[in-house]
Amino acid sequence: MSKNIFEHSSPGRKGVALPPRDTDIFLDKIIPQKYHRQKSARLPEVSELEVMRHYIELSHKNHFIEKGLYPLGSCTMKYNPKIHETLVRHTCFANLHPYQPESTMQGALELLYELQKDLAEISGMAAVTLQPAAGAQGEFTGIKIIEAYHKSKGNTHKTKIIIPDSAHGTNPATCHLVGFDVVELKSDAQGRCDIARLRELVDENTAGFMLTNPNTLGLFETHVEEISEIMHSVDALIYMDGANMNALMGIVQPGKIGFDIIHYNVHKTLSTPHGGGGPGAGPVGVVEKLIPFLPVPMVAKNEDCYYLDYAHQETSIGKVHTFYGNFAVLVRAYIYIKMLGAEGLRRVSENAIINANYLMAIIKDYYHIQHLEYCMHEFVADGTWQKKANGVSTLDIAKRLLDKGFHAPTVYFPLIIPEAMMIEPTETESLASLNAFATAMIEIAQEAKENPGLLHDAPLTTPVRRVDDVRAVKHLDPIFKIEE
Amino acid sequence: MPYISNTDRDRREMFAKIGVKDFDELIQAIPEKFRLKDGLKLDKAMSELEITNKIKSQTCKNICSNSMNSFLGAGVYDHFIPAAVDSIVSRPEFYTAYTPYQAEVSQGTLQFIYEYQSMICELTGMEIANASMYDGASAVAEAILMAVRKNKLEKAILPATLNPEFVKVIKSYTESVDIELLTVPASGGVIDLKALQAMMDDTIGSVVLQSPNFFGSIEDAKAISEIVHSQEGCLLIAAVDPISLTILNAPSEYDADIVVGEGQALGNSMYMGGPLFGFFATKLSMSRQMPGRIVGGTLDVEGKRAFALTLQAREQHIRRAKATSNICSNQSLCTLAATVYMSLMGRDGLKEAAIQSAQKAHYLADELSQIKGISLKYEAPFFKEFVIQTPVPAARIIEEMLPRGIYAGVELGKSELMIAVTEKKQKTELDEYIQAMKEVCNV
Repeated sequence: MSKNIFEHSSPGRKGVALPPRDTDIFLDKIIPQKYHRQKSARLPEVSELEVMRHYIELSHKNHFIEKGLYPLGSCTMKYNPKIHETLVRHTCFANLHPYQPESTMQGALELLYELQKDLAEISGMAAVTLQPAAGAQGEFTGIKIIEAYHKSKGNTHKTKIIIPDSAHGTNPATCHLVGFDVVELKSDAQGRCDIARLRELVDENTAGFMLTNPNTLGLFETHVEEISEIMHSVDALIYMDGANMNALMGIVQPGKIGFDIIHYNVHKTLSTPHGGGGPGAGPVGVVEKLIPFLPVPMVAKNEDCYYLDYAHQETSIGKVHTFYGNFAVLVRAYIYIKMLGAEGLRRVSENAIINANYLMAIIKDYYHIQHLEYCMHEFVADGTWQKKANGVSTLDIAKRLLDKGFHAPTVYFPLIIPEAMMIEPTETESLASLNAFATAMIEIAQEAKENPGLLHDAPLTTPVRRVDDVRAVKHLDPIFKIEE
Repeated sequence: MPYISNTDRDRREMFAKIGVKDFDELIQAIPEKFRLKDGLKLDKAMSELEITNKIKSQTCKNICSNSMNSFLGAGVYDHFIPAAVDSIVSRPEFYTAYTPYQAEVSQGTLQFIYEYQSMICELTGMEIANASMYDGASAVAEAILMAVRKNKLEKAILPATLNPEFVKVIKSYTESVDIELLTVPASGGVIDLKALQAMMDDTIGSVVLQSPNFFGSIEDAKAISEIVHSQEGCLLIAAVDPISLTILNAPSEYDADIVVGEGQALGNSMYMGGPLFGFFATKLSMSRQMPGRIVGGTLDVEGKRAFALTLQAREQHIRRAKATSNICSNQSLCTLAATVYMSLMGRDGLKEAAIQSAQKAHYLADELSQIKGISLKYEAPFFKEFVIQTPVPAARIIEEMLPRGIYAGVELGKSELMIAVTEKKQKTELDEYIQAMKEVCNV
């Protein structure tokens, strides 16, 4: 058990010292007494070595890419190249202020300009904004664009957006945030949008359709053309949630097959690190007719320089970020694209698909898979055989995987598959590591039969045993109580 | 091919196991006509050495604050960052980990978030904090949305002294759901209390104050709070500079209901304004209305202390359309930097950074005011940033200071320049600025 940083604190101990004061102005003279804080903020008082030991001790309790396979479906936990980290830390990136004169950040603007173009090419869209700070903010930006488009055409009656039942939770949450009503579309027996049902749902009030492609079952939505026809016949827009773009680079350009808007999760597809939950970036691409609605500013270029372009301010949805988005994250994505090039990105998607299909081919004999066809970059197996025969749940299986040195797949999602285990190995895993993971899954299937108790007790070897998250809610303890 | 382990031989072996003869067979679900025929039109792939050279040539075209004497602020600040911060943040154990959904193998991330929440609450005096929002702007926007959830009153008052970029983002977040934004005017660079008083009625759901405000001035938060709370149920949202909180009133001291702000100044480099992070704290009574992830202490089955994500029933992956926010990824790694930074600076160090920032800012303001034609625009007390009125156009000052190696500040109006100072500024740099200003203003 680790202490927390406050428990290392000792009065008067210092981590860092600032230079001595070189101006002798008394605080009382410059800031009236009534604005002075009454009780000091009791931050920890610890030495630099204690800080280092503490956080390194904590770091040892994490699973991370370099430690082992991280098969979280729809999260695309691929390896993050180290050159990204080295180059982004250059002082002329790290110490740029957003309000510097444009003439002093031409290199940064050039990079963003090129990235806008490259992301437009990869998605087949006409233009891309880099401003959204994460995938969900990209969705927000995209749905705001749908709202602005309809507003510009006087379509005030368009109040609903259709979303398949296999969608990520962010999709309905985003539509709600922008004030749209969400209508859920059931999936068909093949795990795809039910087109007949879609025809029934669509009417004049439909503003748009949000579709993840490949969907969260790892299947390509084959009916894109019909969907496009149905939606566009009532002037509704089609939004593609690009969470699963890792399957499509160099294979399909969404903007060329009927989608109007797309967001990227660069922390998935373009290998910027997940950072324990962020920061990510969620660039949004749109077709030609939606360019006037993109957030301001865009990065533009004239004869001799790059500049921040506010020209379409009047029609724009406005801003979603204080400045220009998560620049440092975007630099990493830029490096990734430049290093892989067209052929490399295609190889990324090919190998992501091959790796997923290879794993599925082994695992399907041991775990139930609802949709047994070739998958894209991920597939959904489930624990229903084990649940029925051995009383072992998907949660038990997930926890046992932790004992074997692997992270668990995404579990209990998508919601339409009971006991779901969504597995995405990514292209950076080798054949040997896929085999090791498959072996672990097979062993667990065996253990479920022979010793289900072992799985109920798992994990046994992790820094803590199974964590009581019900208690975390019932006895809410969100901050450390500092003793006087 | 970089970062792909499969060799052609591996691929053949895998195809055999799958039972296909080639890759195309695997993507038969993609209609032929949808498939890209000629490949993407991108630059030729570069090696690590080539991209290093390219990035070097690009960074050469940037002139960063390190090689300049910079007085830029307006929401992003160049405070000192101890070296140990990056030493922790650049550990793959932290930066290549995912969101801590599997608690048993994510205790490192979960515990630092818990510590971060604790530090934010200690600074603000609040009882619960979330794991972060995207930036200060979206944190204020989410606070307004939360206030509406809490009291169902769809009017919010924003001050004319609020960061104008925040206002733009708040508009994006609120206009679609029919929240009416009113603006209380400023008087002398701070909120006009009389005007605020006059605007208050039982339809106002929340009032935002920023202190120090966009112009650097300290608002009379206690007086504002009294006016706001004289209206029952109305919530006070305070947007604050976290470093200032070591010397200025904790928002709990003036009974703020929701406390948010831009956290970048806490140990994060400026990076052209991103990533930033927004902190978000409030009272326990509103915990179930909060947006974003929250970590809580708990136990494992053996009774050992452990941490887990908590109150997840508020979040999009559970509640979907009824979630309190659509946020999923946040700015976790930036809060790790903040947590390590606050630990290293500690109780006295962070206060010293605040004091020195204030002292140096006031020294500069005093000296500049001595220059003929220059005066402080506002009389209100300020922390580390202030606005001067200039005898020559501010744009000309900025332009003419540039070749002298100085970023003079942010132009607010034709003859208004906003200047930010942190503890990093040496006295010689302040004096250099004063001298340059004299020259540019021809005195």
